[in-house]
This record gives sequence, structure tokens and C-alpha cells, in this order.
Amino acid sequence: MKDKFIVSPAPHLHDRTSIPNVMWNVVIALLPALVFAVYYWGWRSLWLTLLGALSAVLTEALIQKLRKVPVTISDGSAFLTGMLLSYNISANSPWWLPVLGAAFAIAVGKQVFGGLGNNPVNPALLGRAFLLASWPSLMTSGDTWIKTLSRPFSQASINGISNLDLIHQNLQTVAPKAYDLVTSATPLKVAQTLRDSSFVNTITSSDSLNSVISNNIFTSLFDLGTLQQLFWGNVGGCIGEVSVFALLLGAAYLLWKNIIEWRIPLFYIGTVFVLTFFLGGIKGTGYSLMLPFFHIFAGGLMLGAFFMATDYTTSPLTKKGRVIYAVGCGLMTVIIRLWGGYPEGVSYSILFMNVMTPLIDKITMPKAFGRIKK
Amino acid sequence: MRLKTFPGGVHPHDYKHYSASVPIEELPLPQKVIIPLSQHIGSPSTPLVKVGDEVKAGQKIADASGFVSIPQHASISGKVSKIDIFPHPSGTPQLGIEISSDGSDNWVELADDPNYLELSPQEIRSRIAEAGICGMGGAGFPSVVKLSPPEDKPIDTVILNGVECEPYLTADYRLMLERASDVIAGLKILLKILNAPRGIIGIEANKPEAIALMQKLTAEDSQISVAPLKLQYPQGAEKQLIYATTRRKVPAGGLPMAVGAVVENVGTAAAIYEAVRFRKPLVERITTVTGSIVQNPKNLKVRIGTPFYELVNFCGGITGDIGKIISGGPMMGVALPSLDAPVAKGCSGLVLLNTREARSIKERNCLRCARCVDVCPMNLMPSLIAQAVKGNNLDLAVQAGLDDCMKCGSCAYVCPAHIRIVQWIDTGKQRIAEQRASNK
Repeated sequence: MKDKFIVSPAPHLHDRTSIPNVMWNVVIALLPALVFAVYYWGWRSLWLTLLGALSAVLTEALIQKLRKVPVTISDGSAFLTGMLLSYNISANSPWWLPVLGAAFAIAVGKQVFGGLGNNPVNPALLGRAFLLASWPSLMTSGDTWIKTLSRPFSQASINGISNLDLIHQNLQTVAPKAYDLVTSATPLKVAQTLRDSSFVNTITSSDSLNSVISNNIFTSLFDLGTLQQLFWGNVGGCIGEVSVFALLLGAAYLLWKNIIEWRIPLFYIGTVFVLTFFLGGIKGTGYSLMLPFFHIFAGGLMLGAFFMATDYTTSPLTKKGRVIYAVGCGLMTVIIRLWGGYPEGVSYSILFMNVMTPLIDKITMPKAFGRIKK
Repeated sequence: MRLKTFPGGVHPHDYKHYSASVPIEELPLPQKVIIPLSQHIGSPSTPLVKVGDEVKAGQKIADASGFVSIPQHASISGKVSKIDIFPHPSGTPQLGIEISSDGSDNWVELADDPNYLELSPQEIRSRIAEAGICGMGGAGFPSVVKLSPPEDKPIDTVILNGVECEPYLTADYRLMLERASDVIAGLKILLKILNAPRGIIGIEANKPEAIALMQKLTAEDSQISVAPLKLQYPQGAEKQLIYATTRRKVPAGGLPMAVGAVVENVGTAAAIYEAVRFRKPLVERITTVTGSIVQNPKNLKVRIGTPFYELVNFCGGITGDIGKIISGGPMMGVALPSLDAPVAKGCSGLVLLNTREARSIKERNCLRCARCVDVCPMNLMPSLIAQAVKGNNLDLAVQAGLDDCMKCGSCAYVCPAHIRIVQWIDTGKQRIAEQRASNK
């Protein structure tokens, strides 16, 4: 028998969760989306994702060495940040884009503030904002969204052409010069174009042929075929955001593992749904019941709501706070999508609400069991 | 059936299989016992004996030193061999009286009083006080204080705590199975002196045999009911138990009597029965000796003051390297530096962990994952308290709930960053106490 025992404070049991356990499980949950990305856009999406993750890990290691603190890259948090950053760029990006973005995300988004747990905003989203500000054309131009049509997922694409492609063609017929649309804008870009007032003017001042086309555009954008395409991910978009199916699969895993809590995704997506249900048609050329479904399936909402807004460090501590935060994210997203200058608003909404988190924590500080509410 | 419970909490594996089916065995008389003068909340008892005095088992050897205090009794017969600072199950060495056994187990005279229920409440209270009874579930609050509520605080509910939510421990479970009628008799005494119309026995759902037995024995009694409770830690914490069984919330900083309730541990109830009927002082209790490295985990009836090594030896010793010695359960118990400390009135168990089970993982930065907030049964923000204490911001710590924390450890149990939240909170409690004392 040894004569020295561990004398540490209670509790002496632990449920065996750990930071690496949490982080690597989120990485696992993100893999289905990567499989779909590779399927649609080829191996390049995998290499870009790995480059982003590798860049993040190396940047973290380097800075931790410089700071003379323990190197903690095996905990998976830097890998995850790099992976999420890469999920937010196009599969057609140059190789250095995820490398720079991930390095910025880790260096400026995380290590500057003292590393894990201390960052005020989601590092991956900050990295994305940095890329968007520095290389806007690479991050938003239609040229970057590649799309393969030969995949058998959606009914429309069996004929070699999808609803969305039809819409792009129609748009080019209506306003070829004013809108620099190539064959594969993101669905939200198409929606943004539809609600643009000058575009609406073009259509109304044009001949009857054009209004027939615009009618076509509207009905074909907001129909079941489009939703189906969005669900499987057979649309233009960033590497990790397009397949609603793959993202929901990963989200279900995280919910089952108790790594994320349902409040943030539910209230975020729910707010977007409800708001677009009532407001979605205001600035468009018409209204469809498909509109709210279109808005929750399109763009980065699923990725954002399940994998980015739920980031522990940058979301509120209390359940009530999480609801306020998620509703705020949804509100901002809808405002940006319907009235903003960008077609998509998920990442800026989350960044905005990240900044509000300390305030939300402050106003939702719980009253202890047995204390009278003031 | 929908089980009653409280908000928050965690679900640790209960590890009760080691000892749950082992009937209570009586530990042979120890060579010596160490009776600590402080086994309870309140002021330490005042010694009545000196070194060299001969004492009988059950003889009072130290007296209560105030209202919130209890007397102590010799648990074996023999000679007072030392009055000194001894190892203590709280981890901090304390003053105690050592008695060396004469081997005869010669008792003071006990008297059977079968009509004990006809005694006046005052007489019953004085017998409980004389027997040196304090809460045996761990906290050790002197029972007579609990049972003397002021006039303006009528008690309508007495709750017996048979929850035993701490993993590993099975002492209360075995007691409920083997001495169920004593427990119920104790509850009836409590109902009588408090003039309370309702008694509830709260038992966690992982003890179906105990629930069934108690239900059977109280089926005829319209006053007493059994409340099966959801398996959830800390179901046995006083405020949580009161909430689960009555939906009443004890005000922060208040006592159960503020909501008309008194809670006693089932072991305490059995001791109260013996004290009132036989005038038997509290000199023995049931203690679980368990863990993966204990050769034969057991539930032992031991004399108060028996050193822990006697218990471990009686269980056949250990089968591997001890990593940690825990007095009490693994969630709130104290890690001891040796097996020399004696069993005190509140020692419900001795848990030995092996080196792998006891290994500690380095503390990392808080991720703000809020698991601690989600599980806190007191609805506090544990991570924020810990952070505030680290940053020496005691005002923020108090705002986040420092004063309300009962240190159940649920937060630290789920923390993925392995932050010693309870330790930080403890530090904070000490600092704020010093600060408040100096401000007075």
C-alpha cells in the first residue's frame, strides 16, 4: 500500500466529458456535410477543408509557443475553427484563401484574447468576415459557385437542368447587363435579385413577355423542386452549407450526444421561419407559402444555427439568454436577407449577437432557488 | 408512475452494486476509539472526563457546550487514554477523546420504556438531546435544535431522508431494509413532538425494495406516506428533497422550518427511536465500506470513534493501490490523507478509489459551455462564481450565487474543462466570510 494518497476537493467523480471530447465530436458531426461537398464538387472541397484546419492548428501551435503557454492543439478546438472557416468558402476558392482565413481566425479571433474560452466572437465567423472584406469578389461573386448538374438527387436535374438554372437563364434574359449573373448564383442571390426594386421596375416596364418570364422565375424559385434541391444540397453555395440533409444529420448527432442544446437552433430557425412567413413577400414580386421554407433551407442558416451560433464561448450561459440570443440571430438574419446589401445574413447576425452575449448574460442572471424575484 | 424530483441535477452512475446486497454486519469491538468533540454543526462538546478515567459504553464523556451543540458518549468500555488532537473525518485534525478498550463491552444501564409515545414532547426532546443525536446524513445538525421550532413556525410536514443519492453508499438502504420498523417508529416520535399531521419518507427510485417495504409497513397509517423519487443527484439535499416532496421552496438562507418542514435522515430517525425508547445514546451507526479495490465491500454497524483502518481490515483489506480515501460519498465527501481518522456520527461511508479512478485531469480555461448552469440545482451560475473568485471580484461572485451554493458538486462533475468549481467556491465563501467579519 502506498502511503501517499490524492487529497483533492470534492466531487471525486466526473462524467468523463472533456474539451477534446466535445470538439472532436463536433468535427465528427460536420463530416456528413463534407461528404456531400466532395460528392458535388469533388476532392477539392476536402483539400480546402483540410488546408483550413491545418492552418488553424499550426497557427495555434505557433502562437502558443510564442506566448510560452502549453500547446493545446490536440483538443480539437483549432481544428474545428479551421474546418468551419473552410465550410464558409466556395469549393472553387484558391488554396491560400482558407489558409489565410483560418490563420486570421485563430490569431486575431482567438489567441489575441487569451485562447480557448476567451474569444468574444466566433473565430471562424471572424475569419470569414476578414476574407469577405479583403477578397469580396472571391467570397461573393457568382463565378465562385460551382455546381454539378449531373447528380441524380433532384427531380429537375434529371433532365440536365434545374429550377435554379432555369431561373438564372430567365434572369439573364430579362436583365442581362444590370445583373452580372452567371449560371450558378446562390439561391439567396437569386432571391435578392428578385426583390430588388430596380429589377422589379425593369420587369414592370418591360413587355408582356418579360413579365411572363418573371412570373416563371418566381414560381419556379419557390416550389417544391427548389426545396428538394436545397434539402440535398444540389445548389450553389459554400463548401459546408448547402446540404440541409447532411447538416441535420450532424446536428442530430450533437443533440443526441448532449453537446449542443436545442434552444439556440430551434429559436434561430423558428424566428427566420416566422418572420419570412409574414414578411418574406413584402419586397418580392409575390408571395408563396414556400417562402419561409426556402429561407430556412437556403444559405448558411442550418450550418449557422446548429454549428456556429451554438458555439459555447460566444453564446449566453442561461437558457433564457439563449432564447433571446437565438431570436436576435433570426431577426438580424431576416433583416439582412430582406433589406440588407448582402444576399445572406447568417454570419453577420451571429457575430452581432456574439457581441451582445455579455449583455444578455447580465440581464438574464438567474435568481437562486428560494430567492424572491425582484 | 411519475416520480417526483427537483430542477437541475446530474445522473452519475451509482456504483451501489458493490455493497447494496450485503446485509449489515457488526464490526468486532475495536482496540480503541477516538471520540471527536466536534462531530456536528455548532460548538464543540466540553470534555467531562480526564485521562485515566474508566468509562462504560454509553457513558457521557463530553457535554453540550450550548444550545447548538451535543453531548458525546463513550462507544466502548475502557480507559480514557488520551485527550488530544486526532485525525478527523473532516480532513482537519480536531480535539478528541481516545478510549482504550477493556474488551468487556460493559454498558451503562439502558431502560426499556414501551410507552414512550405517551411521554411529553419536552421529555422526548430532552432524551434526544441527552443521547447526543445530530443529523447522520452528513451535515450533522443537532436534532434537538431542528425539533424545537419557535412558536410562530408551526411544522406540518416531517420528511425522512432515505434518498441516499450519493453514489456508492448503501448504509441507509440497508438500514431501511433491516430496521424499517425502527425508522418508522422514529418518524412517529418526530410527528408527535412537532405535532405535525404529515410524514413523508423520500426514497430514490433505485431502491425499489426499500420503497416497497416502507409502503407495506405504512399502508395502514394515514399520516405517513412514501415518496418514490427520481434517480437524480442531489435528490437528498435538504432543499431539493423538500421541493420534490412538497413543492415548497425554502427561502434562500432560511431553514426548512420556514416552509413548515423538518427533514431528518432515516438513520437519525432510527437513532431517535432508540434514544427515546431505550435512552440509548448515539454510539454506533451503519457505515458502508466500499470501492472497486475493497476486497469485500460491506455495510458495517460500527461504534462511533472506530478508526477507518479497522473497517477496511474487516472487509478483507484492499486488492490494489489506493488512489483516494473518501470519507462520505464521492460527490461531497472529503479525501483523507490516511485511514487513521475515526468514524464520526455523520460518516455514512468510506469509499476507496484506485489510482485510475482517482486520477485528476488538469484544469483548463472555461469554455462557457454552461453545463454547470444547466445542472445547478440552486439555479446559480457556478462558472461565473468560480471566475469571479479567481479574479477576486467577490461582489460578482455573490451576485452569481456564492452564498446560495451548497457545494453539491454537480457543476464540477459535468465540467468539460475540469475546473475545480467547488474548490473555488469554497475559497470564495472563506474570503467573503473574512471580509464580512472585518466589516462588522
